[in-house]
Order: sequence, then structure tokens, then C-alpha cells
Amino acid sequence: MRASTRIIAGIVAAVLIAAAVAAFAIAWRPAIAAIDPPDPQSFDTALVKRGRDLAAIGNCSDCHTPRGAKNFAGGLPVPTPFGTIFSTNITPDPETGIGRWSEAAFRRAMRSGVNREGQHLYPTFPYDHFTNVSDEDDRALYAFLMTRQPVRAAARENQLSFPFDQRLAIAGWKLLFLRPDAYRPDPKQSAEWNRGAYLVEGLAHCGACHTPRNALGAERVSARFAGGDVDDWHAYAINDQSRSPVPWTADALFTYLREGWHPDHGTARGPMAKVVSNLSSVPASDVRAIAVYTASVSGTPTSGRTGPSDDALARAKMASQTNPVGASIYTAACASCHEGGRPLPYGGVDLGLSTSISSPDPRNLANVVLSGIDAVEGERSPIMPGFAASMNDDQASALLNYLRARFSDQPAWADLKKTIADARRTQAVFLQTSPAPRNAPADPQQREKP
Amino acid sequence: MNAPLILDRRRMLAGGGALIVSFSLGSALAQQQDAPAASAPSPPGSLKTSPYLDAWIRIDANGVEVFTGKAELGQGFKTAFQQIAADELDIAFESLKVTTADTRLTANEGYTAGSNSMKDSGTAIQNAAAQVRALLIAEAARRLDQPEANLRTENGAVIAPDGKRLPYGELVAGEMLHVQAQPTSKLKDPATFKVIGRPVPRVDIPAKVTGGEAYVQDMRLPGMLHARVVRPPSYGAQLTECDTAAVEKLPGVVKVVRDGNFLAVVAEKEFQSIKAMNALAAAAKWKETASLPKQDDLLNVLTSLPSQDTTIFERSNPAVTGQKTIEATYTRPYQAHGSIGPSCAVAQLIDGAMTVWTHTQGVFPDRQGIAEMLRMPPARVRLIHVEGSGCYGHNGADDAAADAAVIARALPGRPVRVHWTREQEHAWEPFGPAMVTKLKASLDGNGRIADWNFDVWSNTHSMRPGGAGSMLAAQHMAQPFAVPAPRPLPLPEGGGDRNAIPFYNFPNARVVHHFISAMPLRISAMRALGAYHNVFSIESFIDELAILAGADPVEFRLKHLDDQRGRDVIEKAAHAFGWKSDQKPPPDRGYGFAFARYKNLAAYCAVASEVEVNRETGRPRLIRAAAAVDSGQVVNPDGLINQIEGAIVQSMSWTLYESVTFDDTRITSIDWQTYPILRFNSVPESIEVHIIDRRGQPFLGSGETGQGPAAASIANAIANATGKRLRNLPLTRKRIKEAIDA
Amino acid sequence: MTTLKVNGREHQVDAEADTPLLHVLRDDLKLNAAKYGCGLGQCGSCTVIVDGKAVLSCVVPMVLLEGKQVTTLEGLGTIAEPAPIQRAFMEEQAAQCGYCIPGMMMRAQALLQKNSKPTDEQIRAELEPHLCRCGTHMRILRAVHRAARLMDTADALPAANGSAR
Repeated sequence: MRASTRIIAGIVAAVLIAAAVAAFAIAWRPAIAAIDPPDPQSFDTALVKRGRDLAAIGNCSDCHTPRGAKNFAGGLPVPTPFGTIFSTNITPDPETGIGRWSEAAFRRAMRSGVNREGQHLYPTFPYDHFTNVSDEDDRALYAFLMTRQPVRAAARENQLSFPFDQRLAIAGWKLLFLRPDAYRPDPKQSAEWNRGAYLVEGLAHCGACHTPRNALGAERVSARFAGGDVDDWHAYAINDQSRSPVPWTADALFTYLREGWHPDHGTARGPMAKVVSNLSSVPASDVRAIAVYTASVSGTPTSGRTGPSDDALARAKMASQTNPVGASIYTAACASCHEGGRPLPYGGVDLGLSTSISSPDPRNLANVVLSGIDAVEGERSPIMPGFAASMNDDQASALLNYLRARFSDQPAWADLKKTIADARRTQAVFLQTSPAPRNAPADPQQREKP
Repeated sequence: MNAPLILDRRRMLAGGGALIVSFSLGSALAQQQDAPAASAPSPPGSLKTSPYLDAWIRIDANGVEVFTGKAELGQGFKTAFQQIAADELDIAFESLKVTTADTRLTANEGYTAGSNSMKDSGTAIQNAAAQVRALLIAEAARRLDQPEANLRTENGAVIAPDGKRLPYGELVAGEMLHVQAQPTSKLKDPATFKVIGRPVPRVDIPAKVTGGEAYVQDMRLPGMLHARVVRPPSYGAQLTECDTAAVEKLPGVVKVVRDGNFLAVVAEKEFQSIKAMNALAAAAKWKETASLPKQDDLLNVLTSLPSQDTTIFERSNPAVTGQKTIEATYTRPYQAHGSIGPSCAVAQLIDGAMTVWTHTQGVFPDRQGIAEMLRMPPARVRLIHVEGSGCYGHNGADDAAADAAVIARALPGRPVRVHWTREQEHAWEPFGPAMVTKLKASLDGNGRIADWNFDVWSNTHSMRPGGAGSMLAAQHMAQPFAVPAPRPLPLPEGGGDRNAIPFYNFPNARVVHHFISAMPLRISAMRALGAYHNVFSIESFIDELAILAGADPVEFRLKHLDDQRGRDVIEKAAHAFGWKSDQKPPPDRGYGFAFARYKNLAAYCAVASEVEVNRETGRPRLIRAAAAVDSGQVVNPDGLINQIEGAIVQSMSWTLYESVTFDDTRITSIDWQTYPILRFNSVPESIEVHIIDRRGQPFLGSGETGQGPAAASIANAIANATGKRLRNLPLTRKRIKEAIDA
Repeated sequence: MTTLKVNGREHQVDAEADTPLLHVLRDDLKLNAAKYGCGLGQCGSCTVIVDGKAVLSCVVPMVLLEGKQVTTLEGLGTIAEPAPIQRAFMEEQAAQCGYCIPGMMMRAQALLQKNSKPTDEQIRAELEPHLCRCGTHMRILRAVHRAARLMDTADALPAANGSAR
């Protein structure tokens, strides 16, 4: 975080504390009575199954099951500008999990970010989206979670600095940013669109990554889906700011979300890999609805993007002349796969179609070039070797500059060497802590005919 | 490496080439004439087919050399043979040299396959060594004019009572060892073994871990060229157009070889050949035909193809009748050998004689095929086995050898090295065949199996060369050689029906082999052949029956098994694992057990395993396994443990992950992205292998004995952990999740 | 002609800038240890050490190697004088066909140079890019642990940066 934002954050925080103290009365929430953990057999099987699909759409396991840990037992450190928050145990363990939560307590947590004891929850738990989830779906999610294997795992203490360690402050945050019951179906749109809107804005919480956040960590409503940050990756703009060389369509989104890749866009990786991996197991109709709605909010792309530009050849020539080192690295290290003529996702996307190269933010490209794409255990999945060990910062930045100049019509990135140095550091951490699979287990049934 | 047509030491000693020729012919003739010598007792192991002692042991002033017609494939038996010869000859292990399969130098032992190397070649070497030692003593007795009983052997020499040493090298003269083996040998008392039964370090490992020249891939002959083949994109594709002019002008390119659909390019350096191959591939236009079946429907595809049905086993006891009956169908997909090093061969044509260095499993049959393909007399073709990356059966090795020979023929004089690409290896190797088994059995009132029905559908499990038509180059030529008609492999070893006959004692049993001759995919022998799937099916179904009977799986097996050595192996594995009849695994974990005697006549193996299944993702993980094995007299216990450990780990990869994929035209599993195998994050915490050493008992092959039991043990543990029975291989995360969620 | 430093010696190599290091090592320098397994960076058989880090030589072109030190298995030791990692693999008999082993050894060597006491989990994670088809994994893990112990015995340190022989 830059110094200026830190100052602003401090001032705002101080104001917020004052407001929060004043608002103590309205901030207080009662505890909801503890219950004896319900018998897993008491839940309807169909309800549990629906809950499982919903949990996959909500990507619950991504935060609540760190790599190598027990399912849903929590403990994932989530770095925020205010400190580190650890995900909690949502298994039905009565002591350390949510075993003593009634359905009402669970629903309140989803709806307004308050735990059974009445404490406010940090919005890393995205209740600003989950508030839109229907009672019926909360019931299914509750049934699913309460029938999981209970795991005894106490929550880890959050590491937050004052004043952010004051849960009371969260009440103020909610006053400013939480809009319960804001979601309303649009009767002018199709049922499919509305289903998609309900999921995207609610349980799937796409905006949590794809919308930029303000100084207080809330999504900026005015810049909805304009691209955000997550785990040192850039979550691309999925509104009209998208830099995807080929505009996204509902069909393309459906394939991408369902199978983890699309020939016009490449392979999901970084934090998105887990999302598409989850979506591969849910009903196709829900993924289709998400795709339809997302395509409609993408709107018409800006800057007249219609596909790879015609002057690509001229650009390639120019790029080679001005950056011969980058060009020869590309030829030797990248082109053998990316121009190998093999169908996606295993052949490597045509880099002219790569959003990471057109994106204003070079981090994703740096991440992928340095760390590659690891194999998914025992499943068909794209593999790309990482080049962190074989390229120094100068070589990597020559390569990235070359790719940018050759495969996009965008201006050169600034501070590329710093981005690369940072990516070297942060990716090492990301790859060690992020939940498996780190990449999408794409299993395409289709093949381009010769 | 031996360069072709350079006189070797033996030839020089013999004073010319005559002896070599006579030896080669002699042994070939011997094989044809002596083999079925009717009722006369024949010597054991491969001495039956190659009875001359000097086909196995040769001695001269320079030392003692042991010859085997088998190929070292990474199993480590070269070391084991050296141990055997050392003990039976009374000579220092280090002083021996072992030469492996070479059509000019060694006996014809067919293929190195079926876990037969110890039984065939090990036995032959043991007996030949014992008989050679007897001849040496007899010769010494003659020279010293002493009774044989007064002489003993020690450290490469015969020792007289007065301490006088007659080194073996001095005792052998002329054709003393060129005599036929006797039916029986005076073998050493196992109690006196010095190196047999000891974990002697393998002789091949030092070079392999220091960058020595260890593989055919590492060969560099003077003036050697590098070739790459451009294979068709799919089975049966026809080359319609290929302008080679531009490729021929590329740097380093020496020649483009085209013969019908066979296309290759030769260059001075390897990377030049790769670039040229890519250019040639881009220039080649092919006409493809959609000929492949539906991958998702192999069960129906296989069972609806015409089959030749044989009841291979029938037993009936009308006094016993079943009360409770269950049935189940198990399937196995096509699976790939997946050698880490793609196939490679070097060939050179000099003065009309072709030499091919290859990691084939059968230098003699492969020579037959290559000679036929080149329309040369077999005597003008020499095949020398050089170790390659592990093959696990009939992979691309023989095809690469044929490729090299065809290309070398076009460039007389220059050695040509062909190395396949990863994609070629994956798409063109002959796969392990898909299989279907249907089982039906009943329990009697006492919870014993009353009747047992087993049906197996499968292709042949060997399309190895012999004729040219089994090799890709010969199939792709303008005047192609037809693929030989597939044949079922005969019992008792069997192919698709290998281990189909239950080793247990069932009062009523019937086993039918449905042999399918149509082969939509190119297939051949893969480690354990049909035994992998048959044992997987039988041992899974035994568990299903044990559950039905409410019995402990280990006790249930013992209840149906009379064979004492089998019982010992089961008990040993169960004990080592800590198996208890009232055991209860921790949450999300399961225990599994399985047993088989490979081919019902080779090594015994039992495997117990503990598997963890992630309920949410379905991810299975083998936590630990304990195995017991009885392979008769153990020659090298560490080598045996290595084989069984490897079998369990490899079988786990087959069982949990692997299937060849294809669309209606092409194979789509063409690398490690599309054909994923085990990686280190799935390696178990521990694997224990316990040996039951049967001193003095015949050697029983063990290289393939672990595949089936490991698979079934893991499947049984998954069933134990989840309460769901998975019957379709591979038991993937996705399938397990679907079963749990169902 | 490009200059390439391998195992402490400078070589003049006549190879184009896009030639992968693997082919230069095998074809021009006649070194055997680095193996061609896939040419796609998927199996690890071609692994060598460049400036102390394990790299896949099949996807590292010559253009990236200017001024860098390459170490191959040959540079660590010989049969007569094996480096600790080589001794460890011999002593554990950690090979079947052995084709994948040199790559594994080089990655392990690079790991041990920066972390002399890796945990079992760290070794497994490090070896993740490597495939072994014979199923020798248990022995490979044991050999890496053994190598760590051997290296720990003070003077056993090998030619860490490729200056052996």
C-alpha cells in the first residue's frame, strides 16, 4: 500500500472509530442460542446435494481448506492491507467449528456477517455478496456443511493492527458498505439471466476479486468488475474495460468456466484455477446462467476491439528489431509450444489472444512466465515449465517487453523489472500456500480437426 | 560399444570367423532340432533350447564370460546372473563379465518377458556353470592324474590336495565347453552360497548415476547422423502431399527419406533433425480416416466385437450349491507403457550387412522382422541389445529399431541414430489392451464360495515382432507388410486370460476367455498382460464376496486357499501390515488386501494397503503398503524388493490415474499433460516388502507379480474407506467423488 | 560460436541461439547425464544446474546462458570419486532403469546446496516436476535424505558450483 493511501486510511479509520463508538447501540448483536449438533442423518439427502453444488459455486473450500489441511477446517491466511485474517473452521465440530450453530445463526452470518456469539465478522468473508443468498439456498448450504466430517481445529488469531483489530469497527464498515436485501430480480430479463445475476452478485461473489476495492477494502460500486487484485495476481476487468483481445461471449465464458480454458482466451490459472475447478462439478445450467449474465455486464468492449489486429505482422517485425534478446528468448523458450500448432489447452494459447499481455497490469504474465503451470495430480491438465530459475530479471523483462510489443497494441509497461522481482518473491509464497489444485484440471473432449 | 564387423576377442581366439558362424548357426539349428527331443529328459531353463555350454559360459586366458540371451531392462538381473555364475563356478563376482542379448554372441532366448528371465536364463546359467565347473574339475583330474573327489574349486581355479592351483583359463582348451548340457547338474548346496541371496549392489548403477554411457540413447558412433521420423497423425492416415525441397535445404539436413507413408529426415546434429522434423511435419498433408471406437463406451465396444470363446477352466461339484449370488463387471482402459525416455535405436549398413543397436526385448525375433522388412537374409542382420529407458513390455523399441534400419539403408556406411519424440512414443507405442471381465459367484450356507463364473474379453496381449508386419516402418512403406493376424497366447501362461483361472479352491467354477481379434487400437504386451486386470477383478470380487459373507477379507481368502506357499505369503503380508480381523481404520481411511500367484505358476505376492480418500474432492491417496513375496530361491533380495516396490508404485499409477484417450480418429493422450501419471506428491509414506526366501527352490519370476495384487489391494482399500465399490479402471478422483456423491 | 561454461570449463559451441541447452550438452559436448524425455518441460529428465538452480535444459535456449555456470551430473563426481549425492544413490540402489535419475539427482543437489536439511515434505515438493516410471520413488527419497546426511559430514561438500574435476 502506498504511503498516501495509508494516511487516508488512517484518517478515515479514526473517523470511523468515532462513528462506531457512537453507533455502539446499533452495532450490538445478540448471541443466538447454541444447539446440540444436529444428527447428520436428519438432513434431507437432496438438500445436502444441492448444498454441495452451491458450496462449489460459492468456492467455500478455497478459503476454508488450505493446502494439505482438513476439509473446511479453516486456517488459510488471507493477507489484507490491514493485516492477516485467518479463515475459520466451518465443519460441524461443536467446540471449534459451527456444530452448535442453528440454521438461523448460519443464515445471520451469511446475511449480515455476524457469528453465532454475536461478533461481527471481517468482510474477507464476503457477506456483502452472501447477503443476497436466498433462505432456501442458505438452508441447503447449512445442510451440506453440517453433514461434513467434524474437524477439531481452533481458529488462528488474526494479525491486525489497531484500529482494525476492533470488531466494533466492522459495524461501521457495514453501515457504509453492506446492503442487505439489495438484490432484486430484473423482470425484463430472462430467467436464465436472473439466475446468473443472483449467483454472480451473490454466492459466486465474482466482484470480490474482479472489482477494485477502496481504501477501506470495500468494492468500489462505481467500478464494478473493472479488475481487482488477489494474491498478487490481477483479476481481469470483466466489464467493458476488459483487455481481452477477443471479446468474451456467453458461450466462451461457459466453456472457460466449465472446462478451465478456451481457445480464444487460454487457460485459467492462479486463483481462478480453483474457481473453474469447482464449477466443473456443478449443474451446467448454473454455469450457463453465470456466463450469460457475465457476458451481458461485459457490455460492448471499449477501443474497438474485434480480434487480433491486422497489423500484427508489422508489430512482430518491429518488436524483433527493437528487442532482439526478447525475440530470441521467445523463439527458443516460448514459440516451440505456443506456435507448435497443437490444440489448446495443451499447446499453449496463441499469445496474440492472451489477456495477460494486453492487460494494464503485467503481474499475471510475470507470474506465469516465472512459475509456469504445474501439473494437476493425476488429471489431464496443461503443464508449462516455469522460467524463474533459467531467466534473470533482465532476461525476463526483455521477454515480457517483447511479448507486449509484439502481441498487443498497448504501451510498454512501466516498472517491469520491479514487477518481476516482486513476482519472484510472491509467487514462491502463493504456490506453497494456495489450495490444490493450483491450476484448472481441464479435460477437453473436443479437438480441432486438422 | 562394439562397432559392427569388428572382430571381437572370441573370434580372434578362434582364429577366424568360422567358429562364430558355426556357433550362431549351431545354436539356431540346435534350437530347431533339439527342442522337442520327445521323451528324453532335457536340461533345465533355456538350456533346453540352447544346450551348448559355451552358449552360456566361455572361458579363456583373459577370464570368464557369461552370456545371456535376455535383455537387461532395468530389472537388475544382469547382476543376479553374475551372482549365480559366481557361486556355481566358484569365482569372484567382480571377475565375471556378463554379455546380454546379441544375435551374434548369445543364445536365442526369445523375448525378455513374462517374468521368465530368472526361470529361463538364470536357471540355464546356473546349470551351465555347474556343469562347466564339473568339466573343469574333470580336466584338472586328468591333467593331475588325481581322482576328481580330491579336487576342489576356489576363486577361479581348481585346487589340488597339495595346494597347486590350476586357473580355469589354463584348463580350457579348444572346444572343451562346446558340448551339450546334461539333463541334470550337480548344483551347489544352497548353504554354501557366497553371493547368491545377498544384496549385491547392481553393476549398472554406478555408470547411471555418474553420467556414463548407459543407454542406447547415449550411443555416439563415429560419423553418426541423427534422424527423426514424421509419423502419420493417426492410424491408417495416407500421405497425400509432401514437398520436401525446403526441408532438404535446412541447415545440417543430409537426407529426407520417404517410402510410402514412412517419412523421416536425417541431419548432422540432433537439434537440426528436430527442426527439420517440425518443418517436414508442417509440409506433410495427410488423409485421415475416422476408425476409432467410442472411448467412453469400451464396455459395449469390446463385448460386442466378434470373439472366439473358449472355456479354459471348468470344475463341478453338484453337491455344493450357492445360496446368495452376486455379479459384477469390471473394465480396464487402454494404458500406455509410458517410458520416460522415448524409444531410440542406432543402425549402420556396411558392406551389405546391417547392425542395429536397440533396446528391444527380443533381439532374435526382432532381427527376423527387420531382415524380412529389408528383404535381407537374417544372417546379414545383427541386433545388439543396448539398455534403454525402462520399457515394461513391448513399447516403441522394436519400431524405433525398424525405423533406424530403414533410414540407415538409405545412407550406407553412416551410423544413424533415431530418437522418437514424446508425442510419437505416446501416440504410437502399442498400448496395453482394454479389457472387460464379468464375474458371478454364490456363497453357500456357510459363507464359502460355492460357484464362480468368470468371463474375460480381451485382445491378444502380444503383437511383438517376428514378422515385419508388426513394425510401424514396415506397415507404412509403399509396399507395406500386413499386420500379422493376432493370436491368443497359449495357457498356462496365457495372454488376456493370464491369471483368469482362480488360484483359489472353488467347488464349482467356470472361466471363459472371449478372444477378440479385431484391434481398433494398436496394442501389445504390457507388464503382467491380462493378469493385471484379471487379478484386479478377481481380488476385488473376492472382497465383495467377503463383505457379503460378513468375513474378514484375509480370513476369507485363507479359507479358500490350499496352497501352503500362497497361505504363507498372505499371512506374512497381513502380519507385516498389522492386519486384524476386528480392525477399524481412522476416518476417511480404508484397508485393502489382495493376493495372486503370477500366472498361477510364478512368484506369489500379497499386498495390504491403507488408502485415504478425501470425501469432498474424491482424491485417493495410498498412505502405505506392505507386501510379501515368494519367488523361490532369492538371488538378490534388494533387487527383488526394488522390483516389488516399483510394481506397487507403478500399478498404483495405472490404477488411479491412467487411460489412453482418443477421439474418432486420433490418439489424444500424447504427452504427460494428456496422459498424467504419478508424481511425487502422491507417493506413499512407506512401502514395505517382505521376502520369503525358499532356499534351493527353483527361481520364480517376480518382475510382474506385483501389478495385479497392488491394484486390487488399493481398490479394496478405497471401497473400505468409502463404502463404494469402483469397478472401472482407473479409479480416478472424479469417479470416486461421483461414487461418494451418488 | 558461443562460449558456454560447463562443469568449470569453457567450451566454444557452434550452436544457434535457439538451441536448447540439452542438445548442446548431449550433441556438442558429448555428455550423457542430461536426458531427453519430452522436450516440453514436463518430466524433468533433462535437469541440470545453472548458477546453483535446477533448470529444465530442454526448454532453456543458449541465448539465456551467457555468462552463466552450467553443472551437469558429470561435473559432480565420478565412479571412482563419487559426490555425496552420487554415493547416496549408489548406496540406496536408487534406480531401476535409471533414465530419470540424473535429472532427479541434479534437482536434489540444487536443493541440498541451499537447504542442507530438507524435510521429507520439502524433498517431495521439490521433486514434483520429475517423473519416474519404474516406481523407484521410495528409494529416490531415501537417497536424497542420505545425500543430505553425507553432505553434512563436513568435507564431503562437492563441487557446488561446477568446479569439479
